[in-house]
Amino acid sequence: MSEGQLTPPVSAEDHIAGPDDAPVTLVEYGDYECPYCGMAHPIVNRARRELASQLRFVFRNFPLAEAHPHARTAAQAAEAAAAQGKFWEMHDMIFEHQDALEVEDLVGYAKELGLDTQKFARDLEAGTFAQRVRDDFRSGVKSGVNGTPTFFINGARYDGSWANEDAFIRALREAAQQGVETSA
Amino acid sequence: MTNPSTSAQTPAILGPGTPAPDFALSATPDQVLRLSELRGRPVILVFYPADWSPVCGDQVALYNEMLSEFREYDAAILGISVDGVWCHAAFARDRNLHFPLLADFEPKGAVARQYGAYRDAEGTSERALFVLDGEGIIRWSYCSPIAVNPGADGILNALESIAGKSGQVQAESFRSSNAEQRV
Repeated sequence: MSEGQLTPPVSAEDHIAGPDDAPVTLVEYGDYECPYCGMAHPIVNRARRELASQLRFVFRNFPLAEAHPHARTAAQAAEAAAAQGKFWEMHDMIFEHQDALEVEDLVGYAKELGLDTQKFARDLEAGTFAQRVRDDFRSGVKSGVNGTPTFFINGARYDGSWANEDAFIRALREAAQQGVETSA
Repeated sequence: MTNPSTSAQTPAILGPGTPAPDFALSATPDQVLRLSELRGRPVILVFYPADWSPVCGDQVALYNEMLSEFREYDAAILGISVDGVWCHAAFARDRNLHFPLLADFEPKGAVARQYGAYRDAEGTSERALFVLDGEGIIRWSYCSPIAVNPGADGILNALESIAGKSGQVQAESFRSSNAEQRV
Protein backbone atom coordinates (compact mmCIF):
# COMPACT_ATOMS: atom_id res chain seq x y z
CA MET A 1 0.00 0.00 0.00
CA SER A 2 1.42 3.37 -0.97
CA GLU A 3 1.86 5.72 1.95
CA GLY A 4 0.39 8.87 0.52
CA GLN A 5 2.91 9.43 -2.28
CA LEU A 6 1.84 11.60 -5.17
CA THR A 7 1.11 9.41 -8.21
CA PRO A 8 1.82 10.41 -10.93
CA PRO A 9 4.36 13.12 -10.12
CA VAL A 10 3.84 16.68 -11.30
CA SER A 11 4.24 16.97 -15.06
CA ALA A 12 3.56 19.34 -17.93
CA GLU A 13 0.00 17.97 -17.96
CA ASP A 14 -0.65 19.75 -14.67
CA HIS A 15 -1.88 23.24 -13.94
CA ILE A 16 1.21 24.83 -12.45
CA ALA A 17 1.71 28.25 -10.89
CA GLY A 18 5.22 29.25 -9.88
CA PRO A 19 8.68 28.41 -11.16
CA ASP A 20 9.63 24.86 -12.14
CA ASP A 21 12.82 25.08 -10.11
CA ALA A 22 11.07 26.17 -6.90
CA PRO A 23 12.40 24.15 -3.95
CA VAL A 24 8.90 23.27 -2.74
CA THR A 25 5.95 21.97 -4.72
CA LEU A 26 2.50 22.08 -3.15
CA VAL A 27 -0.17 19.96 -4.83
CA GLU A 28 -3.81 20.33 -3.87
CA TYR A 29 -6.50 17.81 -4.73
CA GLY A 30 -9.65 19.87 -4.44
CA ASP A 31 -13.36 20.04 -5.10
CA TYR A 32 -14.74 23.40 -6.24
CA GLU A 33 -17.99 22.97 -4.34
CA CYS A 34 -16.40 21.68 -1.12
CA PRO A 35 -16.69 24.29 1.64
CA TYR A 36 -13.37 23.20 3.18
CA CYS A 37 -11.61 23.74 -0.14
CA GLY A 38 -13.23 27.16 -0.22
CA MET A 39 -11.80 27.84 3.24
CA ALA A 40 -8.38 26.57 2.18
CA HIS A 41 -8.28 28.75 -0.94
CA PRO A 42 -7.22 32.03 0.75
CA ILE A 43 -4.74 30.09 2.91
CA VAL A 44 -3.11 28.64 -0.20
CA ASN A 45 -3.06 32.12 -1.72
CA ARG A 46 -1.34 33.47 1.38
CA ALA A 47 1.26 30.70 1.17
CA ARG A 48 1.82 31.50 -2.51
CA ARG A 49 2.31 35.19 -1.67
CA GLU A 50 4.63 34.57 1.26
CA LEU A 51 6.81 31.92 -0.34
CA ALA A 52 6.72 33.64 -3.74
CA SER A 53 9.34 32.11 -6.06
CA GLN A 54 10.12 29.43 -3.47
CA LEU A 55 6.77 27.75 -4.16
CA ARG A 56 5.33 25.92 -7.13
CA PHE A 57 1.59 25.29 -6.75
CA VAL A 58 -0.36 22.61 -8.60
CA PHE A 59 -4.11 22.01 -8.53
CA ARG A 60 -5.72 18.68 -9.42
CA ASN A 61 -9.45 17.93 -9.47
CA PHE A 62 -11.08 15.70 -6.92
CA PRO A 63 -14.81 16.34 -7.27
CA LEU A 64 -16.98 14.42 -4.81
CA ALA A 65 -19.90 14.75 -7.15
CA GLU A 66 -22.37 12.60 -5.24
CA ALA A 67 -22.04 14.96 -2.30
CA HIS A 68 -21.52 18.13 -4.39
CA PRO A 69 -23.71 18.10 -7.49
CA HIS A 70 -21.95 21.08 -9.14
CA ALA A 71 -18.40 19.96 -8.44
CA ARG A 72 -17.78 18.00 -11.61
CA THR A 73 -19.10 20.68 -13.97
CA ALA A 74 -17.15 23.34 -12.11
CA ALA A 75 -13.98 21.27 -12.52
CA GLN A 76 -14.68 20.92 -16.22
CA ALA A 77 -15.25 24.68 -16.40
CA ALA A 78 -11.79 25.33 -15.00
CA GLU A 79 -10.37 22.89 -17.57
CA ALA A 80 -12.34 24.54 -20.36
CA ALA A 81 -10.89 27.88 -19.26
CA ALA A 82 -7.43 26.30 -19.21
CA ALA A 83 -7.91 25.33 -22.85
CA GLN A 84 -8.24 29.08 -23.46
CA GLY A 85 -5.26 29.95 -21.29
CA LYS A 86 -7.20 31.14 -18.22
CA PHE A 87 -7.12 28.25 -15.78
CA TRP A 88 -6.04 30.16 -12.67
CA GLU A 89 -8.39 33.04 -13.36
CA MET A 90 -11.33 30.64 -13.54
CA HIS A 91 -10.02 28.65 -10.56
CA ASP A 92 -10.07 31.80 -8.41
CA MET A 93 -13.41 32.93 -9.82
CA ILE A 94 -15.06 29.61 -8.95
CA PHE A 95 -13.66 29.49 -5.43
CA GLU A 96 -14.85 33.03 -4.85
CA HIS A 97 -18.37 32.11 -6.02
CA GLN A 98 -18.90 28.64 -4.57
CA ASP A 99 -22.60 29.29 -4.04
CA ALA A 100 -23.26 30.06 -7.72
CA LEU A 101 -22.02 27.19 -9.86
CA GLU A 102 -24.87 26.55 -12.28
CA VAL A 103 -23.86 26.33 -15.94
CA GLU A 104 -25.24 29.86 -16.57
CA ASP A 105 -23.09 31.15 -13.71
CA LEU A 106 -19.98 29.46 -15.09
CA VAL A 107 -20.61 30.82 -18.58
CA GLY A 108 -21.04 34.24 -16.96
CA TYR A 109 -17.60 33.91 -15.35
CA ALA A 110 -16.14 32.86 -18.69
CA LYS A 111 -17.59 36.01 -20.23
CA GLU A 112 -16.21 38.13 -17.42
CA LEU A 113 -12.77 36.63 -18.05
CA GLY A 114 -13.02 37.41 -21.74
CA LEU A 115 -13.18 33.81 -22.91
CA ASP A 116 -14.86 32.59 -26.07
CA THR A 117 -18.11 31.73 -24.30
CA GLN A 118 -19.56 29.73 -27.18
CA LYS A 119 -16.60 27.38 -27.21
CA PHE A 120 -16.61 27.31 -23.39
CA ALA A 121 -20.30 26.38 -23.24
CA ARG A 122 -19.83 23.79 -25.99
CA ASP A 123 -16.94 22.19 -24.08
CA LEU A 124 -19.09 21.97 -20.95
CA GLU A 125 -22.05 20.53 -22.77
CA ALA A 126 -19.97 17.99 -24.70
CA GLY A 127 -18.04 16.96 -21.60
CA THR A 128 -14.79 17.65 -23.47
CA PHE A 129 -12.80 17.60 -20.24
CA ALA A 130 -14.79 14.99 -18.33
CA GLN A 131 -12.09 12.37 -18.82
CA ARG A 132 -9.37 14.76 -17.71
CA VAL A 133 -11.28 15.42 -14.48
CA ARG A 134 -11.87 11.71 -14.01
CA ASP A 135 -8.15 11.00 -14.54
CA ASP A 136 -7.28 13.58 -11.90
CA PHE A 137 -9.72 11.95 -9.50
CA ARG A 138 -8.24 8.54 -10.13
CA SER A 139 -4.69 9.78 -9.64
CA GLY A 140 -5.86 11.26 -6.35
CA VAL A 141 -7.19 7.92 -5.19
CA LYS A 142 -3.90 6.28 -6.17
CA SER A 143 -2.02 8.94 -4.26
CA GLY A 144 -3.99 8.28 -1.08
CA VAL A 145 -6.34 11.24 -1.19
CA ASN A 146 -9.03 10.51 1.40
CA GLY A 147 -11.04 13.72 1.40
CA THR A 148 -10.89 17.29 0.17
CA PRO A 149 -8.75 19.23 0.24
CA THR A 150 -5.73 16.92 0.41
CA PHE A 151 -2.30 18.50 0.07
CA PHE A 152 1.03 17.02 -0.97
CA ILE A 153 4.26 18.80 -0.13
CA ASN A 154 7.13 17.70 -2.34
CA GLY A 155 5.23 14.55 -3.20
CA ALA A 156 4.34 13.44 0.34
CA ARG A 157 0.81 13.76 1.71
CA TYR A 158 0.53 16.51 4.30
CA ASP A 159 -1.47 15.07 7.20
CA GLY A 160 -1.19 18.12 9.42
CA SER A 161 -4.00 20.63 9.64
CA TRP A 162 -3.99 23.16 6.81
CA ALA A 163 -6.53 25.18 8.78
CA ASN A 164 -3.68 26.01 11.16
CA GLU A 165 -2.30 28.53 8.67
CA ASP A 166 0.95 29.23 10.48
CA ALA A 167 1.81 25.56 10.87
CA PHE A 168 0.93 24.93 7.23
CA ILE A 169 3.13 27.76 5.99
CA ARG A 170 5.89 26.68 8.37
CA ALA A 171 5.74 23.16 6.89
CA LEU A 172 6.09 24.67 3.43
CA ARG A 173 9.05 26.82 4.50
CA GLU A 174 10.76 23.80 6.05
CA ALA A 175 10.20 21.78 2.89
CA ALA A 176 11.59 24.69 0.87
CA GLN A 177 14.65 24.75 3.09
CA GLN A 178 15.17 21.00 2.66
CA GLY A 179 14.56 21.35 -1.07
CA VAL A 180 17.30 23.98 -1.34
CA GLU A 181 19.69 21.81 0.67
CA THR A 182 18.94 18.69 -1.38
CA SER A 183 19.53 20.41 -4.69
CA ALA A 184 22.65 22.25 -3.46
CA MET B 1 0.75 9.99 10.94
CA THR B 2 0.70 6.55 12.48
CA ASN B 3 2.49 3.92 10.50
CA PRO B 4 -0.28 1.50 9.53
CA SER B 5 2.13 -1.45 9.39
CA THR B 6 2.94 -1.39 13.08
CA SER B 7 1.25 -4.26 14.83
CA ALA B 8 0.50 -2.15 17.89
CA GLN B 9 -2.11 -0.28 15.88
CA THR B 10 -3.42 -3.37 14.17
CA PRO B 11 -5.43 -5.85 16.20
CA ALA B 12 -5.80 -9.37 14.93
CA ILE B 13 -8.03 -8.81 11.97
CA LEU B 14 -8.20 -11.71 9.52
CA GLY B 15 -5.33 -11.61 7.07
CA PRO B 16 -4.61 -12.59 3.46
CA GLY B 17 -5.15 -16.24 2.57
CA THR B 18 -7.96 -16.71 5.10
CA PRO B 19 -11.36 -17.80 3.77
CA ALA B 20 -13.78 -14.97 4.56
CA PRO B 21 -16.38 -16.12 7.09
CA ASP B 22 -19.80 -16.20 5.44
CA PHE B 23 -22.58 -14.11 6.91
CA ALA B 24 -26.13 -13.00 6.23
CA LEU B 25 -27.03 -9.45 7.28
CA SER B 26 -29.93 -7.11 6.63
CA ALA B 27 -29.29 -4.64 3.84
CA THR B 28 -32.74 -3.05 4.13
CA PRO B 29 -35.65 -3.64 6.51
CA ASP B 30 -36.90 -6.43 4.24
CA GLN B 31 -33.80 -7.65 2.44
CA VAL B 32 -31.02 -9.93 3.69
CA LEU B 33 -27.71 -10.19 1.87
CA ARG B 34 -25.56 -13.29 2.15
CA LEU B 35 -21.85 -12.89 1.40
CA SER B 36 -21.61 -16.20 -0.46
CA GLU B 37 -24.20 -14.94 -2.97
CA LEU B 38 -21.43 -12.74 -4.33
CA ARG B 39 -19.05 -15.64 -5.01
CA GLY B 40 -17.38 -15.21 -8.40
CA ARG B 41 -16.76 -11.50 -7.94
CA PRO B 42 -14.25 -9.61 -5.84
CA VAL B 43 -15.90 -8.17 -2.74
CA ILE B 44 -14.81 -5.15 -0.71
CA LEU B 45 -15.92 -5.28 2.94
CA VAL B 46 -15.80 -1.93 4.67
CA PHE B 47 -16.23 -2.17 8.44
CA TYR B 48 -16.69 1.27 9.96
CA PRO B 49 -17.57 2.40 13.48
CA ALA B 50 -20.78 4.36 12.96
CA ASP B 51 -23.11 6.06 10.53
CA TRP B 52 -23.03 9.87 10.73
CA SER B 53 -19.60 10.27 12.35
CA PRO B 54 -17.45 12.74 10.38
CA VAL B 55 -14.64 10.40 9.31
CA CYS B 56 -17.06 7.65 8.31
CA GLY B 57 -18.99 10.21 6.31
CA ASP B 58 -15.90 11.19 4.33
CA GLN B 59 -14.88 7.60 3.89
CA VAL B 60 -18.22 6.39 2.54
CA ALA B 61 -18.48 9.53 0.38
CA LEU B 62 -15.16 8.61 -1.20
CA TYR B 63 -16.18 5.00 -1.89
CA ASN B 64 -19.54 6.18 -3.18
CA GLU B 65 -17.65 8.30 -5.68
CA MET B 66 -15.56 5.34 -6.76
CA LEU B 67 -18.31 2.87 -7.60
CA SER B 68 -17.59 3.11 -11.32
CA GLU B 69 -13.93 2.31 -10.62
CA PHE B 70 -14.90 -0.70 -8.52
CA ARG B 71 -17.31 -1.78 -11.24
CA GLU B 72 -14.41 -2.00 -13.69
CA TYR B 73 -13.17 -4.90 -11.58
CA ASP B 74 -16.72 -6.26 -11.27
CA ALA B 75 -16.23 -5.78 -7.54
CA ALA B 76 -19.08 -5.46 -5.05
CA ILE B 77 -18.67 -3.14 -2.06
CA LEU B 78 -20.49 -3.61 1.24
CA GLY B 79 -20.42 -1.25 4.20
CA ILE B 80 -20.88 -2.86 7.62
CA SER B 81 -21.46 -1.26 11.02
CA VAL B 82 -23.42 -2.08 14.16
CA ASP B 83 -26.06 0.51 13.27
CA GLY B 84 -29.57 -0.78 12.60
CA VAL B 85 -31.34 -0.93 9.25
CA TRP B 86 -33.38 2.25 9.76
CA CYS B 87 -30.31 4.21 10.74
CA HIS B 88 -28.50 2.91 7.64
CA ALA B 89 -31.48 3.80 5.47
CA ALA B 90 -31.53 7.39 6.74
CA PHE B 91 -27.74 7.74 6.41
CA ALA B 92 -27.72 6.32 2.88
CA ARG B 93 -30.54 8.63 1.82
CA ASP B 94 -28.89 11.67 3.36
CA ARG B 95 -25.53 10.97 1.69
CA ASN B 96 -26.96 9.71 -1.58
CA LEU B 97 -25.12 6.41 -1.19
CA HIS B 98 -25.39 3.79 -3.92
CA PHE B 99 -23.99 0.73 -2.21
CA PRO B 100 -25.45 -1.49 0.52
CA LEU B 101 -24.89 -0.77 4.20
CA LEU B 102 -25.32 -3.92 6.26
CA ALA B 103 -26.60 -3.95 9.84
CA ASP B 104 -24.33 -6.01 12.12
CA PHE B 105 -26.91 -5.26 14.75
CA GLU B 106 -28.20 -8.47 16.33
CA PRO B 107 -26.33 -10.17 17.84
CA LYS B 108 -24.41 -6.93 18.00
CA GLY B 109 -21.13 -6.93 16.10
CA ALA B 110 -21.17 -10.71 15.56
CA VAL B 111 -19.77 -10.45 12.03
CA ALA B 112 -17.16 -7.86 13.01
CA ARG B 113 -16.02 -10.26 15.75
CA GLN B 114 -15.64 -13.08 13.23
CA TYR B 115 -13.31 -10.86 11.20
CA GLY B 116 -11.39 -9.77 14.29
CA ALA B 117 -12.64 -6.25 13.73
CA TYR B 118 -14.69 -5.53 16.86
CA ARG B 119 -13.80 -2.99 19.55
CA ASP B 120 -15.16 -4.27 22.84
CA ALA B 121 -14.55 -1.07 24.75
CA GLU B 122 -16.51 1.08 22.31
CA GLY B 123 -19.04 -1.50 21.16
CA THR B 124 -18.37 -0.73 17.50
CA SER B 125 -16.43 -2.30 14.70
CA GLU B 126 -12.94 -1.22 13.78
CA ARG B 127 -12.31 0.87 10.69
CA ALA B 128 -11.19 -2.19 8.75
CA LEU B 129 -11.06 -3.07 5.06
CA PHE B 130 -11.07 -6.53 3.48
CA VAL B 131 -10.77 -7.36 -0.21
CA LEU B 132 -11.97 -10.86 -1.15
CA ASP B 133 -11.30 -12.61 -4.43
CA GLY B 134 -13.98 -14.42 -6.42
CA GLU B 135 -13.40 -17.57 -4.39
CA GLY B 136 -14.20 -15.78 -1.15
CA ILE B 137 -10.59 -15.75 0.06
CA ILE B 138 -9.31 -12.63 1.79
CA ARG B 139 -6.54 -11.26 -0.41
CA TRP B 140 -5.85 -8.02 1.45
CA SER B 141 -6.94 -6.51 4.73
CA TYR B 142 -6.14 -3.33 6.58
CA CYS B 143 -7.12 -1.92 9.94
CA SER B 144 -6.91 1.85 10.05
CA PRO B 145 -6.39 3.92 13.18
CA ILE B 146 -9.99 4.63 14.20
CA ALA B 147 -9.89 8.38 13.44
CA VAL B 148 -8.05 8.08 10.12
CA ASN B 149 -9.84 7.76 6.82
CA PRO B 150 -7.88 4.99 5.07
CA GLY B 151 -8.67 6.23 1.56
CA ALA B 152 -9.02 3.78 -1.30
CA ASP B 153 -5.55 3.26 -2.74
CA GLY B 154 -5.09 -0.03 -0.87
CA ILE B 155 -8.43 -1.32 -2.17
CA LEU B 156 -7.58 -0.44 -5.77
CA ASN B 157 -4.14 -2.04 -5.51
CA ALA B 158 -5.70 -5.22 -4.13
CA LEU B 159 -8.32 -5.32 -6.90
CA GLU B 160 -5.60 -4.77 -9.50
CA SER B 161 -3.55 -7.56 -8.04
CA ILE B 162 -6.54 -9.95 -8.02
CA ALA B 163 -7.39 -9.05 -11.61
CA GLY B 164 -3.76 -9.43 -12.69
CA LYS B 165 -2.98 -12.73 -11.01
CA SER B 166 -6.19 -14.50 -11.87
CA GLY B 167 -7.46 -12.62 -14.90
CA GLN B 168 -8.52 -15.87 -16.56
CA VAL B 169 -10.39 -17.16 -13.54
CA GLN B 170 -12.02 -13.79 -13.01
CA ALA B 171 -13.17 -13.64 -16.61
CA GLU B 172 -14.72 -17.09 -16.38
CA SER B 173 -16.43 -16.55 -13.08
CA PHE B 174 -17.65 -13.21 -14.36
CA ARG B 175 -19.46 -14.99 -17.17
CA SER B 176 -20.88 -17.70 -14.95
CA SER B 177 -22.12 -15.19 -12.42
CA ASN B 178 -23.85 -13.00 -14.95
CA ALA B 179 -27.16 -14.63 -14.29
CA GLU B 180 -26.93 -14.06 -10.56
CA GLN B 181 -28.43 -11.15 -8.80
CA ARG B 182 -26.19 -8.11 -8.70
CA VAL B 183 -25.69 -5.85 -5.73
